[in-house]
Amino acid sequence: MLRRKLLRKLVSLIPLAGTFQAISKLGTAQGIGPDSGHTLPTYGMGIQIDQCIGCARCLEACKTENNVPPEPIFVRTWVERYVIKTNNEVDVSLLGAEGDAAGEVAPRNVLRSFFVPKLCNQCANPPCVQVCPVEATFITDDGVVLVDGDRCLGCGYCIQACPYGARYMHPVTRTADKCTFCYHRIRNGLLPACVEVCPTQARVFGDLESKASPLNRLKRMKKIHVLKPSLNTEPKVIYADLDGEVR
Amino acid sequence: MESVNASELLQQVTGFAYPNEVDLLWSIMIVVYPYLTGLVAGAFILASLVKIFNVREVQPIYRLALLTALAFLLIAPLPLVMHLGHPERSYEIFLTPQLGSAMAVFGFVYAWYLMVVLLLEIWFEYRRDLVLWSQDAKFPLNWLYRILALFSKDLSDEGWAVDRKAVKVITIIGIPSAFLLHGYVGFIFGSVKANPWWSSVLMPIVFLFSAIVSGIALVLLLYMIIAPLRNQTINMECVDKIATFLFYAVILDFSLEALDFIHRFYESEESIKILSSLIADKLFISLVIIQILLGMIIPLSILASVRILRANAELRKLAYFTSAILIQLGIFSTRWNVVIGGQMFSKSFRGLTTYRMEMLGLEGLLAALVLLLLPLVILAVFLRIFPAWPKKEKGALPS
Repeated sequence: MLRRKLLRKLVSLIPLAGTFQAISKLGTAQGIGPDSGHTLPTYGMGIQIDQCIGCARCLEACKTENNVPPEPIFVRTWVERYVIKTNNEVDVSLLGAEGDAAGEVAPRNVLRSFFVPKLCNQCANPPCVQVCPVEATFITDDGVVLVDGDRCLGCGYCIQACPYGARYMHPVTRTADKCTFCYHRIRNGLLPACVEVCPTQARVFGDLESKASPLNRLKRMKKIHVLKPSLNTEPKVIYADLDGEVR
Repeated sequence: MESVNASELLQQVTGFAYPNEVDLLWSIMIVVYPYLTGLVAGAFILASLVKIFNVREVQPIYRLALLTALAFLLIAPLPLVMHLGHPERSYEIFLTPQLGSAMAVFGFVYAWYLMVVLLLEIWFEYRRDLVLWSQDAKFPLNWLYRILALFSKDLSDEGWAVDRKAVKVITIIGIPSAFLLHGYVGFIFGSVKANPWWSSVLMPIVFLFSAIVSGIALVLLLYMIIAPLRNQTINMECVDKIATFLFYAVILDFSLEALDFIHRFYESEESIKILSSLIADKLFISLVIIQILLGMIIPLSILASVRILRANAELRKLAYFTSAILIQLGIFSTRWNVVIGGQMFSKSFRGLTTYRMEMLGLEGLLAALVLLLLPLVILAVFLRIFPAWPKKEKGALPS
């Protein structure tokens, strides 16, 4: 008899457990976020090539905000300088690195020149997530690809799988690291550090799905392209006025 | 990595590379790993010839090939673990694998191959001998044999027949497993679409055939070294047969790699320019000279000429030995060219970077050499405890 009573009590608890679960879910993924809590945003970034003046403030802001190692060979974001010469030769160099060759080209030999800010493309079909053997790198409900540093084995397979060179092995934590769109900031309604400091709005951040988002305006006003579309990674970093030479 | 001077590394880049690509990530350890697994798969497939296709001539190296496969398989995961940023978390790959990852399947393929295929086959092959040895050997070896025989005392012919049958069944399962083991290693590289040097459906197949080549060559080498050390004459019928297999395996491997190269150059995709300069500037010695010329064309010519010229036994031995060494060198280079070569060009297709190998340290040359020699030490211990050939005074075992 006693056993039957106990069983009956346990059964009556089942719907209660379900409610608890629903509430706890509300607290984590659904409720918090800049856009009021009904539907989750799909975060994305727009880069306006023609607006970038190569001031490198985004690079400094990112390194400071995210404790990225100071060496120029570990970066979450970087800016490439393209110089296309009159003989159609393409000269690419890294903004801020030594041996920046762009200054050596005589202006009359320059056909066109521009800067290309780069970062993790936060792909909707991310090869890095596919190859991670322990699911340490994953895609959040709001579309950001993150690395769980407590799970990462440091095998480096994701770094090899990224077509954009957006990942690096952190020399101190010995785990994979990459741009998070400053997830700690955007979940609190702030902009990513690089977007915040950009003086020319070359970097635009927002919800790719929302009509009120500045990204929507960008998509309406400009010709849009993504990097390496043939690889079917479906980037959420979109480029306006991207040159065909950029890879 | 901390000791690396960033600006020095940046200066070694010719053209342009994404900043995160400048310092090569996968070191010589990841070269050693597919090389070792390849030897395992190749040695096993050679052993299988005896059991499945009844190639009687190769019988003398059957046990040697099995023990070689086991010795190398035991060490094969070590370079991977040593390379991890967090080796202490490596067990996670077994406990919570992300099954969409080619790498996560490693635990299962490895465990299957080790436990189900190799250990079982070796056990059935040796069971009768273990019972016999447990009666003759002195303490503590007799106990070791007794435990390993699982306290079986069965010396009957029926028991022996069951062992034979089991070995045959396991070998039949073993061949696709060996294909899986190394084909899978090729898939890890071949499925990376971001990297045009790796991304190819042929990659698993090329890995597999180069594995067969290296495994056969290794067992041939070991047999030709061990037999004189044991004051035994080299069984020429056996080495001739192995050399024949080796010859055909190298031709197959060569054709597949040639097909891969021709296909790439004929398609001439976006990456072709940077890949061409990769070969010309960075991999000329390791690819053109060592892998293709020393590792394939010269051994093939040697093996072909001894057949055509009907050379005498001494000359044939010399020819086989030289070819087998050259082939090992060539296959190691193959692994090097895939792993290191695949990281030496930028995914922007605009520049090349350089690999600066450490000498000491966990991922250095010295550690790699130790890992390459360790399986041979293990093999020597195995051969001492589990002789691969009947002791002369005890009389021949039934075969």
